[in-house]
Amino acid sequence: MLLDTRQSLETPEGALLPLTPAGFGVRILAQILDILIRFGITTVIFIVLSLLGRMGMGMALILTFLLEWFYPVFFEVARNGRTPGKKWMGIRVVNDDGTPITFGPSLLRNLLRVVDFLPMAYLTGIIASLCNRQFKRLGDLAAGSMVIYDAPPLREPSFEVRGQLPVPADFSTDEQRALLAFAERSKYLSAERQSELATILQPVIHAKDPVIAIKQMANTMVGKQ
Amino acid sequence: MKQGQFEQLYQPLWHVLEMQIVELEKSDGQLKGDELASFASRYRRLCHFHALARDRHYSSHLVDKLGDLVVRGHQQLYRRKQPFFQQFISFIVAGFPRLVREQQAYIWWATALLYVPGLLMFLAILWQPDLVYTIAPPDQVSNFEEMYDPANRTLGAARESDTNVQMFGYYISNNIGVSFRTFASGILFGVGSIFFLVFNGLLMGAVAGHLTNAQFTETFFSFVVGHGSFELTAICISGAAGLKLGHALLAPGNFTRVESLKRASKIAIQLVYGVIIMLVIAAFIEAFWSSNNILLPWQKYLVGGFLWALVIGYLVFSGRQLRGESASAERGSL
Repeated sequence: MLLDTRQSLETPEGALLPLTPAGFGVRILAQILDILIRFGITTVIFIVLSLLGRMGMGMALILTFLLEWFYPVFFEVARNGRTPGKKWMGIRVVNDDGTPITFGPSLLRNLLRVVDFLPMAYLTGIIASLCNRQFKRLGDLAAGSMVIYDAPPLREPSFEVRGQLPVPADFSTDEQRALLAFAERSKYLSAERQSELATILQPVIHAKDPVIAIKQMANTMVGKQ
Repeated sequence: MKQGQFEQLYQPLWHVLEMQIVELEKSDGQLKGDELASFASRYRRLCHFHALARDRHYSSHLVDKLGDLVVRGHQQLYRRKQPFFQQFISFIVAGFPRLVREQQAYIWWATALLYVPGLLMFLAILWQPDLVYTIAPPDQVSNFEEMYDPANRTLGAARESDTNVQMFGYYISNNIGVSFRTFASGILFGVGSIFFLVFNGLLMGAVAGHLTNAQFTETFFSFVVGHGSFELTAICISGAAGLKLGHALLAPGNFTRVESLKRASKIAIQLVYGVIIMLVIAAFIEAFWSSNNILLPWQKYLVGGFLWALVIGYLVFSGRQLRGESASAERGSL
């Protein structure tokens, strides 16, 4: 059994959508990035508009107000749930039925941010997010939204081994995934560690060289020669 | 069926669907008419293929590829409409005042929480002037005195227009920020909203009482009467939205607390839309009308009274069906 935070969401068609909720660590990093970006924009606004005197200050106040409250709302609605910080960290906001976030929920979760921030440094939000499986802070609970990891794009695999070998018929999908994951990760493993891991399967696959055999099976799975 | 056969046979189908999804994901997608209509059935076939591929233990690479398409297809097929921008006008004309009337229990509570402490503080300060210092520090009090001292007004000269713009910006960022906080803190079982309403009420009463003692009534009340209509009402409504969140958590009824909170928030956030619009109007009046010194006090009271009547009349009457209309609608449905 894999120990992870993956949640499956059943759709009306009976398909299971895998969603991986993002915890507060990565979300705080994204938030810090967003704060830095906002701080940069605010500085530029004040420097430029202060040249216009009092009228400029008025406009600067309005712009910074918009930036403070509507920066996340704008990006979440227009950029499919990703503020620049979230995009950089590879996470995004969705409604908790997996559909793209809309204006109402996005505004709600971002207004309630002030409560999640209390008493300091998002303490309320962190505690709330540790109390449920989807890592929802109070704003997410009220808005019915959640923050998930972007699915990593499907890579074009290459396993540095030629030839194919049939996969044993009784391997389940998850077991096949384990073989594929091994073949993909083998680039980052030493030859000794590779053969150490692959030998575990030797009693099942009876191959001459289990490392090469597994990679050839991986080739079969992705349809490569 | 072998995986190779399966892929060969059906790959064209999911390839077509993938193109459709990519097109739908663009903000200016070109999918129209029949193509669009075929999307739902193609998507359901894809779900079928995905389930088959899983069940037959085809290679995980194929299963994951189909799974990825299912997720993206689901997002496109079930994405919610964004009614806010489309229904903006009908929301202002009918939706918002109807909602306010529907939620009037919360509105009355919020109104009481703002005005009752305010009135009590006002009377208390008329009776014991020094009580003002229990609410505001001395430098803030003298600041208020200075602002509304008739002697500091250069009569006949309006503020320069760029100062007005500066104050407009200040009112926008300050007042809307306050109302957002009043709303949001309601999720703490209503405590936050109650605190902000009572505190703002007390401050308002203290300032009004103190300036009445100082005989600055005319400058003060002629200044606040205009924008007060929109601003105070908006603060009440945002407090009411916050109270609704708190009440949903305290008394969820037959729902779980989270579900009850979700349902309440869906309504509360619509009240907040209206509050934002009202506060922008209030800031506009405050910066460009209330501060104008050329106008005589009676003119300001007159317009202020008109604005109060407008706000109350709007919330009470706008969006109601006329008697004749509803009768004909009933006939139509029969």
